[in-house]
Amino acid sequence: MEIPYTVTARADTGVNNAKLGVWLFLASEVMLFGALFTSYILLRTTAPEWPKGYEILNVPLATLNTAVLITSSITMVMAWASLMMKNFSKYKIYMGLTIILGLAFLVIKALEYGPKFSHGLYPSTNTFFAIYFTLTGLHGLHVIGGMIINSYFWGPGSKMWSTDPQRFTNRIEVAGLYWHFVDIVWIFLFPTIYLV
Amino acid sequence: METTAAHDIKKHVRLYISVFIALLALTVVTVAISYLHLDITAAIFVALTVAIIKGSLVASYFMHLISEKKIIFVTLILTVLFFVVLMALPLFSHSDQVTSSNVP
Repeated sequence: MEIPYTVTARADTGVNNAKLGVWLFLASEVMLFGALFTSYILLRTTAPEWPKGYEILNVPLATLNTAVLITSSITMVMAWASLMMKNFSKYKIYMGLTIILGLAFLVIKALEYGPKFSHGLYPSTNTFFAIYFTLTGLHGLHVIGGMIINSYFWGPGSKMWSTDPQRFTNRIEVAGLYWHFVDIVWIFLFPTIYLV
Repeated sequence: METTAAHDIKKHVRLYISVFIALLALTVVTVAISYLHLDITAAIFVALTVAIIKGSLVASYFMHLISEKKIIFVTLILTVLFFVVLMALPLFSHSDQVTSSNVP
């Protein structure tokens, strides 16, 4: 049986089902990160003392990672735009770059975590590190998830371009929605954990 | 029809690049300000203001919210409502604390 409304918009919603589905999923993701964020506020405001992020964490590495993730957002949107312009080979390049930038983000993250562990700083060390590792770790898992999806659409999933190009373009658009959301989460995590 | 769509996308691409440059610039701004070591209230205000601008740019242009259908906005308004309640929970806890005076 065909999945309905993968290409055409539903009359009552005005969008295709994939788009509404992914936005609803992102709404649940807002609540997931929101719950952790509100825990952070509660723990920080009630703590007798709280270290400054920039005194303990590696701000230059995190700044570089912000630039990497923002760049991966533009390559992701360019991957979609390439499909809109019917240029599949450009799509492959931009989607490939998005995946590589995701990997670069994780490598830089590992370079950041490594010295923390070697200095004996773990989530169990104190509340600050518990929050730091939970929020950045969960965000890192989201990057890994996005890379799996993007790799599928770069590789085997891209066969759909020759059979159903519009549906494939829509898939890339909604995969992009998720990837940009992960970027937005980092845009909020970076200043609130590292810079204040 | 096809050519119009392709032309529109080309215009969009220029916009995406401008947004990208703005995002990088705002990142430099927020990091630079953090080196001033402002007091905590000012620092949080600046950090969140810049983050909200950056997040709005990503959502509006990269996620196409600027030209999205009503149903998506309805979903997001509901999300924002719940999110605000979630953020207000620490405030409620501050106004209703267990102290020596209210413990029986």
